[in-house]
Amino acid sequence: MIERFRHLLAIEPLSAEQITFLLDQAKPFQQIQRHPLKKLATLRGKSVALAFFEASTRTRISFGTAATRLGADSMSLQAESSSLKKGESLIDTVHTLEAMKPDCIVIRHAASGAAEFISERVAVPVINAGDGLHEHPTQGLLDALTIRDRRGSLDGLRITILGDILHSRVARSDIHLLSKFGARITLCGPAMWLPRELDQLAPGVRRSFSIEDALDGADVVMALRVQSERLNEPSLPRDEYIRLYQLSQARLARARPDALVLHPGPMIRGLEIEPAVADGPQSCVLEQVTNGIAVRMALLYLLIGGTGSIEDLPNASD
Amino acid sequence: MLLIKNGRVIDPATKTDATLDVLVDGDRIAAVGPKLDAAAAEVIDASGWIVAPGFIDLHCHLREPGDESSETIESGTRSAARGGFTAVCPMPNTRPVNDNASVTRFIVDCAASSAAVRVWPIGAVSASSKGESLAEIAAMKQAGIVAVSDDGHPVASAKLLRQAMEYCRSLNLPVIDHCEEASLFAGAVMREGDQSLRLGLRGMPAATESICVGRDVQVAALTGGRLHIAHLSAAESLALVRQAKSAGLPVTCEVTPHHFTLTDQDVGYDSRFKVNPPIASRADRDALLAGLADGAVDAIATDHAPHEPARKDVEFDRAPFGMIGFETALALAIDELYHSGRITLPRLVELFTTGPARVLGKTRRLAEGEPGDLTLFSLDHPWTFHAAESASRSHNSPFDNRAFRGAPMMTIVAGRVAFRR
Repeated sequence: MIERFRHLLAIEPLSAEQITFLLDQAKPFQQIQRHPLKKLATLRGKSVALAFFEASTRTRISFGTAATRLGADSMSLQAESSSLKKGESLIDTVHTLEAMKPDCIVIRHAASGAAEFISERVAVPVINAGDGLHEHPTQGLLDALTIRDRRGSLDGLRITILGDILHSRVARSDIHLLSKFGARITLCGPAMWLPRELDQLAPGVRRSFSIEDALDGADVVMALRVQSERLNEPSLPRDEYIRLYQLSQARLARARPDALVLHPGPMIRGLEIEPAVADGPQSCVLEQVTNGIAVRMALLYLLIGGTGSIEDLPNASD
Repeated sequence: MLLIKNGRVIDPATKTDATLDVLVDGDRIAAVGPKLDAAAAEVIDASGWIVAPGFIDLHCHLREPGDESSETIESGTRSAARGGFTAVCPMPNTRPVNDNASVTRFIVDCAASSAAVRVWPIGAVSASSKGESLAEIAAMKQAGIVAVSDDGHPVASAKLLRQAMEYCRSLNLPVIDHCEEASLFAGAVMREGDQSLRLGLRGMPAATESICVGRDVQVAALTGGRLHIAHLSAAESLALVRQAKSAGLPVTCEVTPHHFTLTDQDVGYDSRFKVNPPIASRADRDALLAGLADGAVDAIATDHAPHEPARKDVEFDRAPFGMIGFETALALAIDELYHSGRITLPRLVELFTTGPARVLGKTRRLAEGEPGDLTLFSLDHPWTFHAAESASRSHNSPFDNRAFRGAPMMTIVAGRVAFRR
């Protein structure tokens, strides 16, 4: 029996069985993305609050689309227009939002632990859409779904993650998730973004400062976004990063010929990734976007709708 | 008159450890001896209790003037009395900063009318604690300060520290430093390590503290002044203090109960655990325990830092640093240091009495003619700490709901009972 969860705050505490269950739940919703008519009535009358305290376009639209395609309404709070700017505390803002009676709160916040903080203080399910440097669990799930679809299984893959690991919530979610399936994970990037404590983050993790070594024989290569403010923080020259760590076609040749290339977006072409790789046949970047909606639909369905069997969904079986 | 009967009197200053009676007459100790009698005295049966000289807390924040919704001198000292403290040293980071004699006098006057225990203020090193020019230290000394510190921040530069230490040497005052290298501290909210990496919270390495301790020890050597390291939390810092002591320098240090009890593995997103310096690694914590046992650490100090609930009930990143500490300090020391077999009872008493007194250049003795300040405690009294029931106006304690064996039972200040459990 899979233990049910009330919130999705992080990948780390989940079991491999729970993750497999979530990925399986996303399958019928993946099919819906290919339908001419994509909208279900499953969550009609329900509403999802999108509380985005940090600028985001992609994730917010993905969650909003997921809610819409399930028939739910969404209400959106964005940092720029929120009362936080006027000095209101996070908890007061969220209580105000809760008083509008959403059935679920999706939160993106610059502070690590913000989603957990909120989940302990509201009565409705909370989904973490990225908290500080901590985790971005739906990104982890959509990455896993994308890899599993292409590879058939997650078990024992050789995964290479490139870039600013230290400041990446995507990396933390991906590492925790893939490690639970026995992946051998190589983290690669400039030394200041690769602290030795990463070795203890999850089983099967190793670090490498050489991109050639890190890519050797990889099944999956995940390039992370390099944020320009991080380049400034430890004073790493942009050209130095490109010279040593850009994912180029020549370097990708060291990985398996059919190695998958993933990127959580938004990509900066010419910085962390060469345009030819971003647009090349191994790139799964756009699949990741589509899968993101399916994973988020599955989650909203499970956390809000959820008691009926997924097979009862209209249009979900073909 | 109070006659305290049949307690186990422990006084590190006179090396006393015996079942004795203590007679307090007026505000002084009138007699210490076996089977004392005084017909007019209130008799306190201290059988099974320890009777110690009054406890001193070298490091606390009473928030008055300026932040009375978090604490006042009245509420803070009542909390201190409940913790067994008979004298507390509030840091100068009030609003306004205690950087001149009029603020010092305000604190002293306010304490005279409302405090439950003695209040020995600490003055600022620099004007407004801004780290630029020296505060009016001599005037503050006349008004009653016992030390100087820019606590909350380190003394800003080696040059300022040098000036302060030379000047304070002539005034016979210790300089207390909150040691922190600013560039490593920037933006951090906990100790750097596997836990901060996992939580995605920005960490500061232990060297943030020890780099500054190294600077300070060298300035102490340069000036010959008395240096006291506040809330020491790192093994390397303690090693530097040990070196300084063995070189004969007048360098002392304090450790807080939360630093000898918790490790960074206990820290999550609960802002009650957010404190500066942050909760340390296990290796650092073990080094602190060793220093508490072998004498390298001079005092246990609480760093009682109240914050009104609304200010602390926010995201970890945004929460202010600090936790309340008066009422759990002795119980944590009994649990973590004494019951665990790490230190002896006289050493435990020393860390709360003669140790902090020596830092301030004072004496602390339980003997005839001395001030009638006494701390009576039990080593086995069972109780549970509930932060909401604390006398403090704030409840930000990571030890809320912790069950203890051992507690302060009675606090006597200048011959008056300030707290009775």
